[in-house]
Amino acid sequence: MAEKVLMKGNEAIAEAAILAGCRHYFGYPITPQTEVAAYMAKRMPKIGGVFLQAESEIAAINMVYGVSSAGLRCMTSSSSPGISLKSEGISYLAGCDLPALIVNVQRGGPGLGGIQPSQADYFQATRGGGHGDYHLIVLAPSSVQEMADLTMDGFDLADTYRMPTMILADGTMGQMMEPVLLTERTKKEIEKPWALTGTGKKRKHNIVTSLSLVPEELEKQNFARYERYRLVEENETRYEEFMMEDAEICVVAFGVASRVSRNAIIAAREMGIKAGMIRPITLWPFPKKALRQATEKVRAFISVELSMGQMIEDVQLATQCRRPVTLCNRAGGMIPDPEQILAAIENTSEKMGGVLV
Amino acid sequence: MIVFQKPKTLTDAPFHYCPGCTHGIIHRLVAEALEELDIEGEAIGVAPVGCAVFAYNYFTCDMVEAAHGRAPAVATGIKRARPDKVVFTYQGDGDLASIGMAETVHAATRNENISVIFVNNAIYGMTGGQMAPTSLPGQVTQTSPYGRDVKTAGYPIKVCEMLSALDAPAYIERVAVNSVKNVKNAKRAILKAFENQMQNKGFSLIEVISACPTNWGMTPGEALNWIEEKMIPYYPLGVYKDQTKEEKP
Repeated sequence: MAEKVLMKGNEAIAEAAILAGCRHYFGYPITPQTEVAAYMAKRMPKIGGVFLQAESEIAAINMVYGVSSAGLRCMTSSSSPGISLKSEGISYLAGCDLPALIVNVQRGGPGLGGIQPSQADYFQATRGGGHGDYHLIVLAPSSVQEMADLTMDGFDLADTYRMPTMILADGTMGQMMEPVLLTERTKKEIEKPWALTGTGKKRKHNIVTSLSLVPEELEKQNFARYERYRLVEENETRYEEFMMEDAEICVVAFGVASRVSRNAIIAAREMGIKAGMIRPITLWPFPKKALRQATEKVRAFISVELSMGQMIEDVQLATQCRRPVTLCNRAGGMIPDPEQILAAIENTSEKMGGVLV
Repeated sequence: MIVFQKPKTLTDAPFHYCPGCTHGIIHRLVAEALEELDIEGEAIGVAPVGCAVFAYNYFTCDMVEAAHGRAPAVATGIKRARPDKVVFTYQGDGDLASIGMAETVHAATRNENISVIFVNNAIYGMTGGQMAPTSLPGQVTQTSPYGRDVKTAGYPIKVCEMLSALDAPAYIERVAVNSVKNVKNAKRAILKAFENQMQNKGFSLIEVISACPTNWGMTPGEALNWIEEKMIPYYPLGVYKDQTKEEKP
C-alpha cells in the first residue's frame, strides 16, 4: 500500500514525472524551481534515465524537442525568466505538434524580478508566450498533491493532443511541504507513428518540422491545430467550485491565491456574506462555461491574483461583463492575505446593498 | 555496368541550391557515407536554419528541422533518447558559429556522441548574403558593404581551432570541396565522423569550406578559386584533434 510522504512541491513534480514514465529531464538552475533538477540529478541515474544540466534554458528546451521528436516522454522545468528563454523552443514544439511537459514555478517579474512567488506569467502561459498561433494546455496546481497529480495528467494530455503542456505553479507551490500520495498509474499508451525512430529501411522517412513556405499549406495546418484545440476546450476544461451553491459573490483564484481565498470566504460566510469560489485548474482551456453559468446567480466577481491583473481579463470575457468584476491583488512576489481578500469581499457586498438577511 | 549513380540515400527531390553552390556536393558525400556504412535505417538527421533548411527533404533517413543554431542540442536529445541510432547535424556558419555557438561548444565539451557536418561558406546565404561569423577580414557583404572592418565587426571565428582547445571532443577536422582531391578527402573525413559515432568515440565535427558564388558575386569557377586563394589560407585544412585512438574514461 502506498503511503503519504512529506515532500516539497518541486520534488513531488519530479517524482510524479518519473512515475508517469518520463526518463529524460533537461534543466538549468534557477530559483525557486532548482529542487526539480536536483531531484532528477539524484534519481535519474539510478533508474536508467537521463538527467542533463544544459548550458542554457534554450538548450534545455531544444533537448526536450529532440527527445520528443524521437517519441519519448520528456520534460524541463524553470522559473519565469527561464521560461521566456524557452519560449522560442515552445513555439517550435507547438509548430511541430510535439508533446512535452514544461514546468514554470513562477517568481516576481518583469526582468530578473525577484525570487518570491508570483502569478504574473499568466498571459505568457495562456496566450502561448512564443511567436505564432498556438496554445499550451496550462495546469494550475494549488497543493503539493496536485503538483504530483497534474504532472502525471500533463504527460497524458500532451501525448493525447500532441501539444506541449505547462504546469503553471508559483514559488509557494514549489517550496512548501505537504503530505502527498504518489501512486504509479498505468501509463496511457499512445502510438507515435510520426516519431523519429530510424526508418529501419522499412518505411518512408519521418520528418518533424514546423517550416511551411506555402501559405495555403501553413494556413491549413493552423486550422487543423485549432480544431484539436477546440477538442481540448470541450473535453479537458477543469475547475473546482467552493461554496458556490448559493454564492452571490464569486472569487476566482488559482494556485496559492485560491488557498488564501478559501479562508477569506469562510470568514465572509461567518459574517453572513454569501461568497464562494471558482478555482480554474486548467487556465487554458479557461473554464468559460462555468463562469458564464455563474452569472445567473452571482452578482459580482472578484479576481484574486499575484499579478497586476491578468486572469481578470479572462473572467471579464467569460462573464461577458454581465456582472462587475474587480481585482484583488498583490504583485512583485507578495501574496494577498485573507484580510485583504475579506475586505474586498465585504466592500463588494456593501456596494451590492449589504448583507441580505 | 553502372559506374556512377545517385546514392539511394538521397530522395528524388531536386536540390533547391543555386548553380555552383557546393551544398549539393556535401549532401552527396553525407548520403554516400550513409549508404556505404549501411546506416540509412538507423540514421536521424538534424537540419539547420539557413540554406540547408530543406536538407530534410533530401536525405531518405528520418529528419528533424531544428530552430536556428539549436541543432546540437536537438541532436543531444535524440541521441540520449535513442543511443543506438546514428545522429548527425548539418549546419551552416551562421547557425553553428553565431547564434548556436553555445550549443556547439557544449555538445563538444560533453563529447556528445554525434556527428556534426559544418558548412562554412563565409556568408549568410539564405537571407541574401550578410556578414557571417566566418566572413573574412575585408570581405564585402550586404551588412559589411565597405568590407568586414575587424575594428568594429571583429575577426572571423575559427571553429576547428577553438573547439580543439577543449579536452573532450573526439575528432575535429577541416576539409574543402573546391577540387577533386579535396572532395575525396572530405568524403574520407565525413565517413570517419560517422564511424567514430558508431564506435562510440564521441563528438566529431567536420568543417567543410564551401562555395557561395551567388552571394560572393562570382562565377562558380571564380568561387572555387577564391576558396583556394582566400579561404584556405585563413582556414588551413587538416585534422585539428583526433582522440579516437585513445581510450577515454
